[in-house]
Amino acid sequence: MPAPIRILKPVAFLLCLVPFGMLIWAIVYHPESFGANPFELITDRTGDWTLRFVLFTLAITPLRVLTGWNAVIRFRRMIGLFAFFYGFIHFLTYVWFTKYFNLSEITKDVVKRPFITVGFAAFVLMIPLAVTSTKKWIARLGGKRWQKLHMAIYITGILGVIHYFWRVKSDITEPLIYAALLSTLFAFRIWNKFHTPAVVR
Amino acid sequence: MLIKKGNEIPSSEITDESVWRNRREFFKQLSTVAGAAAIGSILPACVSAEPSPKPAPAAPPVLLGKYDTDEPKTPEKDVTSYNNYYEFGTAKDDPSRNAGKFKTTPWTVQVDGVKKPGKLNLADLLRGSTVEDRVYRMRCVEAWSMVIPWHGYPLADIIKRLEPNSNARYVEFRSIYAPDQMNGQRDPFIGLKWPYIEGLRMDEALNPLTFFAVGVYGHLGPNQNGAPLRLVTPWKYGFKGIKAITAIRFVEQPPRNTWQDQAPNEYGFYANVNPTVDHPRWSQASEQRIGSSASLLGTLLSGSNPRQKTLMFNGYSDQVASMYAGMDLKRNF
Repeated sequence: MPAPIRILKPVAFLLCLVPFGMLIWAIVYHPESFGANPFELITDRTGDWTLRFVLFTLAITPLRVLTGWNAVIRFRRMIGLFAFFYGFIHFLTYVWFTKYFNLSEITKDVVKRPFITVGFAAFVLMIPLAVTSTKKWIARLGGKRWQKLHMAIYITGILGVIHYFWRVKSDITEPLIYAALLSTLFAFRIWNKFHTPAVVR
Repeated sequence: MLIKKGNEIPSSEITDESVWRNRREFFKQLSTVAGAAAIGSILPACVSAEPSPKPAPAAPPVLLGKYDTDEPKTPEKDVTSYNNYYEFGTAKDDPSRNAGKFKTTPWTVQVDGVKKPGKLNLADLLRGSTVEDRVYRMRCVEAWSMVIPWHGYPLADIIKRLEPNSNARYVEFRSIYAPDQMNGQRDPFIGLKWPYIEGLRMDEALNPLTFFAVGVYGHLGPNQNGAPLRLVTPWKYGFKGIKAITAIRFVEQPPRNTWQDQAPNEYGFYANVNPTVDHPRWSQASEQRIGSSASLLGTLLSGSNPRQKTLMFNGYSDQVASMYAGMDLKRNF
């Protein structure tokens, strides 16, 4: 591993932990900062960070192509795993704060409510990606098949944005921003595929 | 049952517990000072006669009005900073930040479908009624709830004075349309039609629980809670509580309320709190009581359930269930 990457990796790791660290710090020292409905706010914030990290993961390749900084790809797994980490915390807030671990209610929600269904699917889709994120699994699956499987992150992104649209009652400003960012990342990939097929996927 | 009856004292006349405790603290401190001073025989003996501090006694019996709940009130800062009032923005703290300059005086209310239709000054509309304080539960359709001491007037008295036409079956309420003052009404991303419209069946409007609030916590306002005039129907979801009312119309047909118009599969005309009829996107079986940030860490560390069960008609079945006897509440949601 080149020296700059060896230093930058732990830095990136810590940076990825900042949102979580700030959440815990605020819970312990400034619970009043969560306002009148802290449980809902924590749920919303962890959802925001999940979606953001999914977008960060999807932004790595465009960043690599646009800057020519090939080493940036070495951060993708870590950032992707953080997307899963925040997704798990977000899932936990739902299971605890709104359902209180009531399995039959959760099942009913997942089956009956599209809002929950898509959010749940977006999270579940990340599980195989997290599991197969190791070098061993890449070898076991073979590069091509591994790549194909990891295309699922696109679906997670789309489902995550739909989930956000269905979360709001009528003000769609923020979901629209995420939809625009996601579309831009997709558009870049399509453009890239047709213009510079040899460089990267 | 949470509603206690047979006691007519308005809650505004009841000393708030914190005031009462402060008073005890005051006397406690005073007696200490007096004790010290008594050495120099400066203060009269009667002051130091206040009994020395004893273990805190149980809270005094709280005297409740006929319709008041005895549950702990949601702190005023939460009641006035966590609001759904899309005319001032969709974030919960938008109304408290944006409604400050909203002009509520002079205020007129257009009244139609009555013996003498026309524009009434707010004071004239309310004249003849006695101001009351009502401590009601408030359950939002978003599955959170509060306990709010409303300041205002029972709607039934007002309606009776207005003398509605005999063919009136419903009451329609309209909010103010003032895009120059209300940023939300200028925001194209908020998909609601303005002005906000709500309605009640005549018997609902005349129910003794139905209330026109002019303020909270024993005073007028603030704007973010619907000043100068808002509807309060505690057995219905909060969106029925139309704010900044400028028109009241007695009609034969059910008015098409704003949220029903926005999403008819999600929001109905009745909007009665009902834990067995879910919102298409979430369950209505439980609710999050607002004002829980103080217990946030405790709840997390103990792994306890931050929510409580939602009650049928928000706990007001005794007063309202008979109005819906025989109705299919799953269809008339």
